[in-house]
Order: sequence, then C-alpha cells, then structure tokens
Amino acid sequence: MKMESDLNRFRKIVRGKIRSGLRKYIANGDLIARQGKKNITIPLPRIDLPQFQLGDGEEGGVGQGEGEVGDEVGQGQPQPGEGKAGEAPGEHSLEVDISLEELADILGEELELPNIQDKGKKNLEAKQYKYTGILKQGPESLRHFKRTFKEALKRSISSGVYDPDNPIIVPLKEDRRYRSYQVSYKPAANAVILYMMDVSGSMGDEQKEIVRLTSFWLDIWLSRQYKGVEKRYIIHDATAKEVDQNTFYRTKESGGTLISSAYNLAVKIIEENYNPAEWNIYLFHFSDGDNWSGNDTNECLKLMDNVLLPISNLFCYGQVESRYGSGQFARDLTKQYGETHEKVIVAPIKDRDAIMNALKIFLGKGK
Amino acid sequence: MASMFDTRLTPELKELAENLLRTATEAGLDVFPTVFELVDYKQLSEIAAYGGFPTRYPHWRWGMEYERISKSYTYGLSIIYEMVINNNPCYAYLLRGNSLVYQKTVIAHVYGHCDFFKNNYWFSKTNRKMLDQMANHSSQVQKIINEIGHEEVEEFVDVCLSLENLIDIHAPFKFASEKKAEETLEDFREKPVAKFVAKNYMDTYINPAEYMEQQKKAQSEKKVQEQKFPATSQRDVLQFLLENAPLNIWKRRILEIIRNEAYYFAPQGQTKILNEGWATYWHSKMMTALAPVCADEIIDYCDHYAGVVASHPGQVNPYKLGVELLRHIEKRWNKGQFGLEYMSIDDPKIRKAWNKDVGLGKQKLFEVRKIHNDVTFLDEFLDEDFCHEQKMFIYDYDKQSGKYFISGKDFREIKSRLLDQLTNFSNPIIKVVDGNYKNRGELLLEHDYQAMGLKKDYAIETLKNLFKVWGRPVHVLTIQDKSPVKISFDGSSHLVEKI
Repeated sequence: MKMESDLNRFRKIVRGKIRSGLRKYIANGDLIARQGKKNITIPLPRIDLPQFQLGDGEEGGVGQGEGEVGDEVGQGQPQPGEGKAGEAPGEHSLEVDISLEELADILGEELELPNIQDKGKKNLEAKQYKYTGILKQGPESLRHFKRTFKEALKRSISSGVYDPDNPIIVPLKEDRRYRSYQVSYKPAANAVILYMMDVSGSMGDEQKEIVRLTSFWLDIWLSRQYKGVEKRYIIHDATAKEVDQNTFYRTKESGGTLISSAYNLAVKIIEENYNPAEWNIYLFHFSDGDNWSGNDTNECLKLMDNVLLPISNLFCYGQVESRYGSGQFARDLTKQYGETHEKVIVAPIKDRDAIMNALKIFLGKGK
Repeated sequence: MASMFDTRLTPELKELAENLLRTATEAGLDVFPTVFELVDYKQLSEIAAYGGFPTRYPHWRWGMEYERISKSYTYGLSIIYEMVINNNPCYAYLLRGNSLVYQKTVIAHVYGHCDFFKNNYWFSKTNRKMLDQMANHSSQVQKIINEIGHEEVEEFVDVCLSLENLIDIHAPFKFASEKKAEETLEDFREKPVAKFVAKNYMDTYINPAEYMEQQKKAQSEKKVQEQKFPATSQRDVLQFLLENAPLNIWKRRILEIIRNEAYYFAPQGQTKILNEGWATYWHSKMMTALAPVCADEIIDYCDHYAGVVASHPGQVNPYKLGVELLRHIEKRWNKGQFGLEYMSIDDPKIRKAWNKDVGLGKQKLFEVRKIHNDVTFLDEFLDEDFCHEQKMFIYDYDKQSGKYFISGKDFREIKSRLLDQLTNFSNPIIKVVDGNYKNRGELLLEHDYQAMGLKKDYAIETLKNLFKVWGRPVHVLTIQDKSPVKISFDGSSHLVEKI
C-alpha cells in the first residue's frame, strides 16, 4: 500500500519520535459516535497546521431544522462554511448506535491501553465456551450439515460431476465440516470505583465538566474489564459527604478545602462495604490542587500510606486547572511518591484536550 | 491504478453506468468521459485520503486522513459514498460490495458532478489533466527528498501548507498584468503637467492654476505609488513570495507545487453547495423519475437519500441547502415567479399562489449551474420564503452558559451570515501591502476585515512560518475586539500592538 509510509510518518510524529516541532499542533480528533441520545467524541490525534483563519471560536452561525428562538443548538462544534477547499469526498455519518463495550474497545485501541493485569488474588476472567467456529475434523454429532453440503456442491460443480437434471450431491470426507467451540473470557471479578471531587468555590463549571468527561471514560474502561463495577461518589470542601452521581457533578460549595476529609470518608466506605480481598478498589480524586494547610496534606499522605494504598489497585489524582487553584497538591504528591510510583498516579488535566492524555496516564499501567 | 486487484466494473455495473449516462445525456447533462473504478474500502480510504488522486507527493497528512477515514469506517461511524475528481476524463470510485441501488445512486450523483466540472464557469480555468500533474508533483517532490532529505523537505512543505490559503481565487480570471516597458532615465525626470490647448489670453481660464497644482500633485503621488513594492496590494500572497522571497531552487519549486494545487482545489471550495446540490438534484431526479429504481429498491434508496440530506444542528448541510434551493429555483421559474411584478408583492400568500405556467425551470437551472458559485448563488436566490420553508435560523454563543442558542430567524441576518461565511471560500482575505516595510525589507500583510477577526494563536503560528519563507520580520494588520492591531513576528518573539 502506497499509504504505508505516509501513515508511518504520521504515527511517528504523533508518538514524538520525529518532527518534535509539530507536537504543539497535535489536537484531539473528532470521530463522533452515538451512544443513546448523546454524541461522544472518540479520541483520534490530529495535527492541525496553523493558517490564517477567521473567528475566535465563539461566533455563531447558520443552522437548519426544528427549534425556536432561545432554544439550545445541539452539541458539537458548529462548522461555518464547509471548512477546507472541498477536497473532502462525500462522507456521511451512519446513524448507528455504538455499544459501551465497543466504545471501551475503541478507547483501548486508540490509547493503546493494556488490559488490566491479574491482581494476584483471583482470576479476573472466567472461561466461556461458545460454538462459533468451524473445523474440518470433529465428532459426527457436531457435523454442520449446511456447510458440508455447500462444500460438496462446490466440489462437484468445479470437478464437473454436477448434473442439474439429477442434482445428487454426495459429500466426501474432505467436504465435512464440524462445529467447534471457541473459548472466550468473561470478566469475573468485581471492582469499586470511588470518585472524589473537590467542590470548593474555586472549582468552576468547566472544571466539573472535565471531571465528568474523564470519569465517563474511566467508567467505560473499567466496566469493560470487570464483571461488575460499583461506583461511589464523594464530594468535599472542608468536610466530605457521599452523594449520588447526579449531585456529584452539580454541587457547588463555597467553603475551603480539607482533602483529608474525603480520604477519611473513603476509608470508612471501604471498611464498611468492600473487603479488599474480594474487591478491586480504584480511587480517583479530582481537585484544582488547593489544600488549606500543609498539616492537612500530611494527614492525607498518612492516610494513603497506612490505609488506602495497601488496599487499592490504583490511586489516581487528576488535577484540573482553575483560575484560583494553586496546584500545590499535585506537587506534594509527586514529591512524596515520585513519578513512577506503582499505585499513585498524578496527571494534570489542563483542558478538555488533555483528558485523553490523562486517561492514558491513569490506565496505561494496566492495573 | 497501481493495484493488484482488478478495478474494472463488473459487466452488470458497466451496463448500469452506460444506461445512466444515456439517461443523463438525454436529460441535458454534458459530461466528460467518466472512468469508474471498483475498489475495496482500503483502497477507497487511501484514495480519499489523497483527495481523490491515486498519487500524491509524500506527506504525513495523507496518513492522518487515512487513519481518520479508515477508522471511522471500521468502527462503523461513517462511510464515503462518492468520490470523483475534476479531470478529463473524470475519475470516480465505487465501493466494492455496496448494494446495487447504492451503486446506481452514486453513479448518477457522479454524472451530476462531472457535468458541473465541465460546464461551471468557476472550473473553466482548472487543469483538466490534474491526474498527470499530481503524479508529476509527486515525483518532483520525491526527487527533492532524495537529494535534500525527508525531514528538511517535509518541514518546508508544512510551512507552505500553512500559507496555502493565501491565494487570490479570482487570479485565474484576470488578464495577465501588462509587462512594464523597459525603464529609461526619462521616466525619472519630472514631466510638465499636460495642458489643454488654449490661446494665451484664455489659458488661466481653461487651465486654472488650482487645477494645474492638483494635477501635479496627483502625478507625483502616482510616481510615489509606482515606486512602492508591490505597487498595489496583492492578494496572491503565494505568487508574491514566489517572485520576491529569498528562496533557493528546491524551496521555490515546492512552493510552486503547493500553490498550483491550491488553485486547482479552490473552485471546489467556492462551489461546494451548488456542486453538491446539483449532483444531488440529478441523482434524485434520475432515481425517482428518469430511470426509477425498482419497487424492491426504493426503501434502500430513500434511506440513503435521507442520510445525504440529513441536517445536523448547528450546521448547514451543503447537499440539502444546495438541492432544496435548486428545486426552489426550478419551481419559481416554472411558475413565472420572477420579475418586477412578482418581486413587488408583499403578501406571501399571493406570492405562493402566483402561477403563470411559463415552464422556464429547467432552462434556469442550467443557467445557474453555468455561471454561479456559492456566494452568487445564495446572494441571488436565497429569499425569505425559502428560509422560512427550510426552517433556517441563526445561532450565537452564550458566554455565560458556554452553549449555543438559536438567536434569530430573520431572513436578512441568515443571508448575511451565510454570505460572510462563504466569502473567499471561508478564508480571510489577506493582501501583501508592503514588501519593504519600514524600508527594512520587512513584509506587511493586511487582513481585509469583513465580519470576523483572525484566530490569534493561529495567526501568530502562521506568521512564524511566513518568517521562514520571507527571512525578515513579518507583520499582519487586522482588527481585534473592534480595534485595529498589528501582529508581528521578528524571528524570535511575537508582538501584538494596537495601532
């Protein structure tokens, strides 16, 4: 294929092996999939060469369809005009729903995520047998009549013995086809994801949206890897409480921040409900990095070292950027655990474009 | 096509194509000979990534496109259903394994495009042997790469691509500017102002002193203007760079190639709505009236058609807008809904009921396809009744909620927004105003501000690339937040100043 070398070059650029000058132009792509009523953007790296272009990203445009003045226009970056000079061939999106499993597979492929490794305590997967294959040998009880007949028909036509007036087909041994089973693995283990989020005054709507998008993908990926995934949500400012998913993304408090309050609550929830010997425990904490005092940070580290880290698969801290956040907590964690700690993973999530990178950092270890 | 597979049509498809061609010709379409190739999805993705051509010069962005196209196909998100290139003969591609009704539709659609390429005025100056030209470009760039090195050449290609939209879409239609006659010393001597012949005693009346003074001033201003570089602002920035930037031979050749291809593609950007509308109009007409699909195909056909003209929120689908507006025109000219008398009716009900049965629809459509591009097409025919029927609206960004809201349905606003967007194939109009800015050989560009400013970060990055070509500091004048600014890059840092 002629395309091979261009494709390789593009991939090398994306991976930073050549032409590092282009890295700053890499943006997230725009494969749009439908999931239920929502549109979901599937990550696909793009390199956006700069040109003189019109607009500041906030201008409106012209649309067509139902709707009255004041209604919201559906999600998705509107595209004024038709973009580039009409080189694009006619392409239209298929209105096909994509399942969560498929989405997870696509995500895994795009981000090159490893499957989650056996934690050592138990099997992650259970074997399952399905008769989906075809073999040339097998017991007669599994003989596939239709396939066998077809093979025999093909052979007799091509060897010229077939007579349409007297269509008798005699299958020989080499025509016989048998059903065979294939082994597939189904996830067997359970996992619990504990989401913790700072909802103090400095976390704005955009920050929460970033957290929501990030956890959407985390949910999808982990659900694909485990049989059952439970999710618990903790919000905190100076105190912490457990809430449902909806409240989690909507609450806005104005207080200060004591991160240890959330960690304490996490410890309590785990101790009461999830025996670490049976559950895979994932902890995700999102904040803009402000903690009230160094003392509290020390308290957090103590909790992590003594309780949370020994029982969990991963402890991920995602730091979103806000106008008011100092970002100190990420530095404290990195100082304490270094950048290559087995379980503690720290990722900055500067804006929406950084989400995929953060996911790769979080899930890249296959834990 | 270099491929191990046979890309010829099956006898069945060949017959189909021949029949449809006959139908199209009888209906009045006039096409270039059209070569159809039957390809699998990998080949189709590859050709699509190359912009429809089997061969392009080596560049990573084809790989990027290929990845996007082939992945959206594998994931079942989208599918390419037609691809045709403006060339004589036209080349078009059919996806192996598509259902017969699908192939029929695509073939009919392709004939619409071929007719448009051949007959639309805006395509009249394009190279009809572009397939060969592209292959030549490819081998030339490959040769340069072999001599200079992949990295260095690709980097310069990227620089050129960053500037490729700085062309003058009207340049192919302008007469070549007259070559200046050889300059002589005479030209630099100040000449007396020409006078009207008059008797001595009348001279002060026929050639009054103020007039003479004015003429003298105008003459010297013209002199100053002529010494400017360029004498008048130039919209074909790439041409200006080719003629005046300090580039060595291989870089000049690359820039030339990028410019040449940009001009080839420009008419497609200028006529997207009309071209797609025209092709959709004809495939729909052929499939439903002239050579109708069979009863067992009609559902599949409708399903396909619905996908083509589906509207997505916040976007104008060029296929839909184009085909609906063409039908609107056909209806109006069939019923005689034009002319002063009709235009001066205020009541939409009377306008709607107006019917003089003049039957000029078809004739008008062929005229439209001959002379219009998207801007003139919408400017001339997009009217209030149409906007209303098509449920068009404008929307705006709301800073507080970060969402887009429908903000109006006024026909004038809709039209002016659309025209703003489409002007200069949706690219900013940028001109070279001074190639010797500050008398220091710096380059000054000016953005001809219409309704929207330039994206600032993109502008700065583009200036950095422009600097790599020009070799001296570069500037662009534009308007930001309603005040004029100059964005500059001097080789090490950029600067945005208010002026």
